[in-house]
Amino acid sequence: MEYLIGIQGPDFVLVAADTVAASSIIQMKHDYDKMFKLSEKILLLCVGEAGDTVQFAEYIQKNVQLYKMRNGYELSPDAAANFTRKNLADYLRSRTPYHVNLLLAGYDDHDGPALYYMDYLSSLAKAPFAAHGYGAFLTLSILDRYYKPELTREEAVELLKKCVDELNKRFILNLPAFNVRLIDKHGIKDLEKLPLATTSTS
Amino acid sequence: MALLDICRHQDWKAILTPFGAQNFSVSCGSEVSCDEFKVPVGVDPSTFMNTLSENDGKLKLQFNHGTTTLAFKFQHGVIVAVDSRCTAGKYIDTQYFKKVIEINPYLLGTMSGSAADCVYWERVLAQHCRIYKLRNKEEITVSAASKLLSNMLAGYRGMGLSIGSMICGWDKKGPGLYYVDENGTRLSGNMFSTGSGHSYAYGVMDSGHRYDLTIPEAYDLAQRAIYHATHRDAYSGGTVNMYHVKQDGWIKVSQEDVGELYQKYLFKRK
Repeated sequence: MEYLIGIQGPDFVLVAADTVAASSIIQMKHDYDKMFKLSEKILLLCVGEAGDTVQFAEYIQKNVQLYKMRNGYELSPDAAANFTRKNLADYLRSRTPYHVNLLLAGYDDHDGPALYYMDYLSSLAKAPFAAHGYGAFLTLSILDRYYKPELTREEAVELLKKCVDELNKRFILNLPAFNVRLIDKHGIKDLEKLPLATTSTS
Repeated sequence: MALLDICRHQDWKAILTPFGAQNFSVSCGSEVSCDEFKVPVGVDPSTFMNTLSENDGKLKLQFNHGTTTLAFKFQHGVIVAVDSRCTAGKYIDTQYFKKVIEINPYLLGTMSGSAADCVYWERVLAQHCRIYKLRNKEEITVSAASKLLSNMLAGYRGMGLSIGSMICGWDKKGPGLYYVDENGTRLSGNMFSTGSGHSYAYGVMDSGHRYDLTIPEAYDLAQRAIYHATHRDAYSGGTVNMYHVKQDGWIKVSQEDVGELYQKYLFKRK
């Protein structure tokens, strides 16, 4: 149902998420934002069980901001990812585990761009590209085939469009729109929503 | 309060409660109202509730469910419409149940799901809204009120609460509409419908809704949507209670029996 994708380039990370908030068979909201800004250069994309997503993501978000307030500098993407994983793992064997799948994307001024894949069992992997949801079954192979580590921003957006086109063509569920954001040394930038209003896909 | 925070090095509440009652505490920021339910050790509320409803032949309690409620924003504010049938399994408890709680002159809350849960938790929300007003000398925003409710319910995740509520109001940011439910979902939007008849209401609302509806057109749309849902859904019926939230507060528009609405629409179609 829900779909997340991230593509890391040499000096940027491109991320996209669908914008549907659904409850059983009904689309309750068409313009729902699944990305949470942890800091100026870190985004957390969160899907999963209804209330858990917002509760967990906001908890991480506020704690990352608290770290900055207490210490005067921000957590790096690597530290934030490991912090998130630790929290997820701690809750996993409690009475109330959080069923959430995450992508954490960030830019570190020293280490460059980073994309982390996390799932509800709190596994963590740093990856050049990643996707969550049923849509991932259709799009991971496209990413395998066409990704190269030194791809440019334009090539990354083209690769993302290929993935979205495939979903529109073959995925049984209607995912009408995607939020797209780019993170680089200048911060987080909103890109044009996909699919483009002018083009139509059969 | 500050001194207590400094001195508190251990959870003295846990030591002092008799019989070692386990405190699934959700601190809602207000010491005045006790929103923390003490549950006996070893009892999981949701499995306990299941035993009540699954017991063959012996005691079988079915909690109130079944509703259609809707709310939508348009140029003149927010329209809220609900049915009024209260059911317990196959049995209709009452046809005249109030499913809208008037939190304050600017805020309304709708109820669907378990009647007891909704009535209780929305009254606790009303309490918090009042305390907010007393402390801050201004009305609480719709966003904050819905977040309060959402966080209260999040503490009882997995314990079998059943609440699908819409918080509707007009605050300094304009008209506000939020959907809040028992699994912690909180969505801001222009149109929502909840309850067992929600899909029927969506059908009529979506096909007739425009942002620039006139007020009589909006009243008609809301009433028709609930009426059509009560027609198709067995668990919705009774009367249509309709409210209109404007900038200076809400007004109760009408309360019409769905049987009479049936006659009215049938006559018009012919």
